[in-house]
Amino acid sequence: MLLIYCPYCEIERAETEFRCGGEAHIARPSDPEKTTDDDWVEFLYMRSNTKGIAAERWRHIHGCGRFFNAVRDTVSDEFLKIYKTGEAKPDLEALAREAGK
Amino acid sequence: MSQPFRTEKGGRIDRAEELTFTFDGEELHGHAGDTLASALLANGVHLVGRSFKYHRPRGILTAGSEEPNALVGVYRKDDQTPNLRATQVELYDGLKAISQNRFPSLGFDVGAVNDLLSPLFPAGFYYKTFMWPKSFWDRVYEPIIRAAAGLGKPPKNPDHDSYGNLYAHCDVLIAGSGPSGLAAALAAAETGAKVILCDEQAEFGGSLLSESSATIDGKDPAVWVAEAIARLGAMDNVTLLPRTTAFGYFAHNFVALAERVTEHLADPDPRLPRERLWQVRAKEVVIAAGAIERPMVFPENDRPGILLADAGRTYLNRYGVKVGHKVLVATACDSAWQAAFDLADHGVEVVGIIDLRESPPESLVAIAAARGIRVEAGCVITSTLGRKRIKAALLGRLMTSGQVASGGQIECDALLMSGGWTPTVSLFSQSRGKVVWDAEAGAFVPGKSVQKERSTGAANGLYGLQASLADGYAAGEGAARAATGKSATITHSRTSGGEAGSGGTLGALPHDRNASRVKAFVDYQNDVTAKDVKLAVREGMQSIEHIKRYTTTGMATDQGRLSNMNALQIASGALDKPLTDVGLTTFRQPFTPTTFGLFAGVSRGDFFDPVRKTPSHDWVVAKGGLFEDVGQWKRAWYFPENGEDMHAAVERECRTVRKSVGLFDASTLGKIEVVGPDAAEFLERMYTNPWKKLAPGRCRYGLLLNDAGFITDDGVIGRLADDRFHVTTTTGGAPSVFATMEDYLQTEWPDLDVWITSTTDQYAVAAVQGPKAREVIAPFIEGIDLSAEALPHMSVREATFCGVPCRLFRISFTGELGFEINVSRRHGKMMWDTLAGEIAKHDGVAYGTEAMHVLRAEKGYIIIGQDTDGTVTPQDAGMTWAIGKKKFDFVGKRGLERPDLKAENRKQLVGLLTKDPKIKLEEGAQVTTLENPATGTPAEGHVTSSYFSPALDRSIALAIVKNGHALEGKALYVPMPEGSIPVEVTGTVFYDKEGARLDV
Amino acid sequence: MSDLLASDLITPDAGEPPLLGLASVSILKVAPLARFSFRARTASLKKAGTAFGVPLPVKPLTSETTAKRAALWMGPDEWTLLAPEEDLQAVITGIGSKLGNEPHALVDVSDRSEAVIVTGEKAAWLLNTGIFVDLSQETFPVGTVTRTLFHKAPVMIWRIGPDAFVVEAWGSFMDYVAGLLVQCAQELEAA
Repeated sequence: MLLIYCPYCEIERAETEFRCGGEAHIARPSDPEKTTDDDWVEFLYMRSNTKGIAAERWRHIHGCGRFFNAVRDTVSDEFLKIYKTGEAKPDLEALAREAGK
Repeated sequence: MSQPFRTEKGGRIDRAEELTFTFDGEELHGHAGDTLASALLANGVHLVGRSFKYHRPRGILTAGSEEPNALVGVYRKDDQTPNLRATQVELYDGLKAISQNRFPSLGFDVGAVNDLLSPLFPAGFYYKTFMWPKSFWDRVYEPIIRAAAGLGKPPKNPDHDSYGNLYAHCDVLIAGSGPSGLAAALAAAETGAKVILCDEQAEFGGSLLSESSATIDGKDPAVWVAEAIARLGAMDNVTLLPRTTAFGYFAHNFVALAERVTEHLADPDPRLPRERLWQVRAKEVVIAAGAIERPMVFPENDRPGILLADAGRTYLNRYGVKVGHKVLVATACDSAWQAAFDLADHGVEVVGIIDLRESPPESLVAIAAARGIRVEAGCVITSTLGRKRIKAALLGRLMTSGQVASGGQIECDALLMSGGWTPTVSLFSQSRGKVVWDAEAGAFVPGKSVQKERSTGAANGLYGLQASLADGYAAGEGAARAATGKSATITHSRTSGGEAGSGGTLGALPHDRNASRVKAFVDYQNDVTAKDVKLAVREGMQSIEHIKRYTTTGMATDQGRLSNMNALQIASGALDKPLTDVGLTTFRQPFTPTTFGLFAGVSRGDFFDPVRKTPSHDWVVAKGGLFEDVGQWKRAWYFPENGEDMHAAVERECRTVRKSVGLFDASTLGKIEVVGPDAAEFLERMYTNPWKKLAPGRCRYGLLLNDAGFITDDGVIGRLADDRFHVTTTTGGAPSVFATMEDYLQTEWPDLDVWITSTTDQYAVAAVQGPKAREVIAPFIEGIDLSAEALPHMSVREATFCGVPCRLFRISFTGELGFEINVSRRHGKMMWDTLAGEIAKHDGVAYGTEAMHVLRAEKGYIIIGQDTDGTVTPQDAGMTWAIGKKKFDFVGKRGLERPDLKAENRKQLVGLLTKDPKIKLEEGAQVTTLENPATGTPAEGHVTSSYFSPALDRSIALAIVKNGHALEGKALYVPMPEGSIPVEVTGTVFYDKEGARLDV
Repeated sequence: MSDLLASDLITPDAGEPPLLGLASVSILKVAPLARFSFRARTASLKKAGTAFGVPLPVKPLTSETTAKRAALWMGPDEWTLLAPEEDLQAVITGIGSKLGNEPHALVDVSDRSEAVIVTGEKAAWLLNTGIFVDLSQETFPVGTVTRTLFHKAPVMIWRIGPDAFVVEAWGSFMDYVAGLLVQCAQELEAA
């Protein structure tokens, strides 16, 4: 059971309070009508499914209810960075280097 | 009362308290402080079980949780718990234990014929034998394998014990309380850190409890342990957990402990749990799991009476039990010599020390000589005699040529062996750390930490009392400092004696026998011999993971703690690869077998899952209504009267609703209050329908899609004010709809000034449906005009019900005039009782979910998840009317434009009427174009809903059928085993197609 | 219970017998309350607090109380407001008129939840039989409030005294929560 830091509650809590919301930084196209079929399919279904350093959405569903983003090593389960929704996607490669991955 | 193998004095047992127990019905005696194993040995009982495959007689091999042979069943109340390790079962008065895997008795077991037939059961036997014919897989092979599988018999009755659970947090968790674990606990505790110290044994102290040749601070080690535990026990920041196994090390320093709370008691208080699961989140973990001794792999090394040397020493020093009267010691390392000396000092005849090494340390040889013990260096055991108890061993002398020369026979009634020590790296391995080979220790030891843990003492490949204590202090202090930043000065204890020994061997030992005829066991419990490992390599297994699975070595309950190193060395030799290149298999949770009860905890019976009840629940029970589980909710299903069956009750309920009036508990529907200036804009974006122009006081049916364009939920939404909507969802969809809304709000449209609040449990909802609905509610509603003109279909008002504020919806899920009244949950029972009393006056009924389903199906109203399955679009469902055509965007709008969703040949929702109105179709039945399609013909669709309609006095059905909308009026078939059923495709509305009954 | 937070607000339901009454821990039902879910943006918090009668805490997991009001932090833009039952309408009117057109959401959830008070030296122990939050006083001091899980049910816990907690659950989950609390406490009677 992972221990996850909620950036809104500012505390670590057990994984069962959270739901993973899949890959982060996949924005819904702002003008869907102008989006091509291929791009819409990309938005709907295509995910990188990274083995290693990945940015994910998490929701503190049984806590404050907020969504936030987290960079996690999907192999070791180590969290490298946790940040609030709306904040820019961090440089994953730089984070990986820092962590010695 | 005689315990012929009990020492005169010594040991930690309470000689004043004698306990009576039975083993296979025979009454025996032991003392408080005994384990079942030590008590059996005190009575001279070595034969305790039969091996898994060959049914060979087996005895107690160890004194710890790694015991592979002495698995017994122990009775508790009226049932027995199988497969308990006798070495861990604490003796209590009246304990009743049985041996396993034998028939008809332990002494005479017909399964032992397998031992003679053993050439027929080589490694991979199952894979080779139970291959063909395929038809034998489930009818012949599986029953045979199942009958033969397992050692103990499963309990017959439901488990009437309870199991506790406790979540705990600490700065430092220490697993193991031997010298290094205790030192770590003392050091960590002194800093003020929150410490949990657990040990799988009943007493803290580990190896210190059987140490005879050393002192700590000038004291007997056991005395030092007692003082240390007393000191720790007096500290508020320390939790001491004996009888508690750290069995699982999970991510982020989450460690699971199994505490045996009452297992050791003769007559436990029934209010106490049998076991407790501790779910510990530790800032730092200290693994002080120690090391275990390795068996030596020589022919017939499995006879009862053959034990590990340290176990022999533990039984002697800790339990006051002599493993035999004439003991032979076979070893490759120093530590076993001490066992021989201790036994000799207790008057046991030690008939020899057989050391594999050419020149064992002279100091040891001298001590042996002083005690008159025969020493044979450079020798091995090549055979043992005695079927149910060892009688003698044959000696082999190692020649410089590599050959083994016969060295004569030595009579004995017990043989202690030691192939050296293996650090217990299981927990470290579970923490995902990788072990590294330590050539000096001749063992795999923990490598780099992956989590916040450190291994200490023997678990880290470090031996010797002084070194273990020093390492423990450092580990405890380091862990505390890492966890809390605090440190403290610890006075280190001084030791004398207990120096680390040397020596050790791996793999099968040489002998002078026919290699194809001997059995030298590597894995006792799974009956894997050295020969099997070599055979696996010959048959092409290269990886240790494959060898493990092919031979089952290391797959017993000790997970190979005893066998892995020997198996690895044998595989390494057979593969002609260095041992480190063969690799070690991964240790996984749990460390020792763990009960299902422990994992289930409180989640059983009434508390298996939350049971959510509505305010009408007690009324339904009183009326004899039946319940249907809908997720966690209990919903009234139907209300049989006068011995009616379900069909009759539902038919009566349906007819009554259409004729007069019915009362239905709709409290379980999801409810979400959407509030804020952008509330309408938000709903506009979420639902397919337009909302901005909906006037306050009006309702609309809302259809929710996902962004792929498929229907996910629906419900009626009422506008209470410009900035406030009351949204309803399906019962099962409530949590996911709320989560989806939050997702879009928070991550896609955070600029919208709107907030959503779940009000599902805030309101109790009573649906009153039928021509007399208005008359029924009128006496209780105040503050509004209920007339059709003032309150048309699809309206919502705030009013009072019996003086209590309510939200009154005029809506219908039956096609009849209908109202749904929402009051605060607290008043739900009052509302229900009031309305139930009133409908009775109007010849009305309470109806359940089954009648509700029939009534809605008659009207063609869909049920999400029954008539849709996640691949149905609004077009497929014939609900394009629900889509706001002029809307810029809504969730799913773009998805619906994808070519596949607009393609021909999609499956569409239609009605089906059987040619014979009496035949009711099976839900889920396939729909075909041909009356008798050939096997393998793809179906055109399937039946989603099917009922007998009282209003139409015939069966009706909904189905998803390819191109269904174009097939209206056409004939299709529903093939069933009894014959194909002809059906006609129709529209989905079967009753009151014009909706006249709604508009009254 | 006068030494507890909001002692005039969180009171045992006089009409209900204790669910549990051991020397080391007791469980009492809380009398009905006016409960609100309040949502707003930061700019409106001051006014809302003034209107409600107690400031809305901005520090995560904390609460602000007077004898008859409590504002509990639930999330960065979400508070649970507690007031005596008879003040329900006054709170709605008060906040509504003070905030006027400023975007906010105030929803009456008085009956969505039921609450129990768990008190006694074993209170934290009892909650930890089903809640994985560290309830030591250093990490969960008096006044701390959080949503979490009790076994399989979502709950809100609020520490109103060193040995006193309010445990709230949605009404339909309360049988499960209270029932398990009572069951898990049984072993305390044994020792």
